[in-house]
Amino acid sequence: MKHDVILRVGAKFLLPFILLFALYVQFHGDFGPGGGFQAGVIAAATVIVYALIFGLDAAQRVVPLAVTERMIPLGVLVYAGTGVAGLLAGSDYLDYSVLMHDGPHGQELGIFLIEAGVFVTVSATMLAVFYAFAGRGR
Amino acid sequence: MVLLVLMVAATVGVLRLRNLFGVVVMGGIYSFLMATVLVVLDAVDVAMTEASVGAGVSTVLLLASLHLTKTEETASRHSVLVPLVVALGTGGALVYGTLDLPPFGVAEAPIHEHVVPRYLNETVRETMVPNVVTSVLASYRGYDTLGETTVIFTAGIGVLMLLKGRRRRPAADRPAR
Repeated sequence: MKHDVILRVGAKFLLPFILLFALYVQFHGDFGPGGGFQAGVIAAATVIVYALIFGLDAAQRVVPLAVTERMIPLGVLVYAGTGVAGLLAGSDYLDYSVLMHDGPHGQELGIFLIEAGVFVTVSATMLAVFYAFAGRGR
Repeated sequence: MVLLVLMVAATVGVLRLRNLFGVVVMGGIYSFLMATVLVVLDAVDVAMTEASVGAGVSTVLLLASLHLTKTEETASRHSVLVPLVVALGTGGALVYGTLDLPPFGVAEAPIHEHVVPRYLNETVRETMVPNVVTSVLASYRGYDTLGETTVIFTAGIGVLMLLKGRRRRPAADRPAR
């Protein structure tokens, strides 16, 4: 699909907005629908669409396979690490109330951190699985 | 109701079509209809997941795997009797299970009376997150979401090992044991 002008121009126009929407879903998940999982899938879809139109090599120059392979465990680590942080601060595992000066603010920070962890793992997993499938046909 | 009829139509389409490309497209249509049903049921978060994962990413993955095989389904050589019995048995068991559920939308259902009132009333005070879905997922039920993330991590690692391991290390230069 590399030579289709309409697709290429259309994708270049749309992709920034899709990525922006992913970030909106991520950071606005506290107030509207969405969260780390949905945002991760949308962000991965951005790169997948890029790969479909501009080719796998172009996409892997943007997000190399090695990066996705490191991001998959990194997200789980961030999530589990947030739990351990609660433990070190003197409370239960995954209790965020002690992470900041008062309970609600700590909860907000904890939710932000674990949603970031979910985002990293989900987007990297989706992308790595797509790379594995798409790279096999060559 | 219209949506459910369309979903049945999409399912029949999946069953009738021999062209696998058409089947994948039908699967995507089915997922979008499912997402619309979930929006009607006010489960916007789930609808978003269904639309992005079910209709988006998995359709692309199925198309990518279709690229590696033939696009026409070969005629099955096995009898359809065993799958039919299994499908009818599972479906019957599920329908039997729904008979004991409280009627749809009843306020006195057990699920609305256990911890839900506390979540709904206290979420803003305790977590400053107005979206209850997020606060339940991330805070009140944080362990479950940690497990969920680990499942995705495990699944990703598994797929990568299955699809990549063989290509990178041919039998010849594998270290001898």
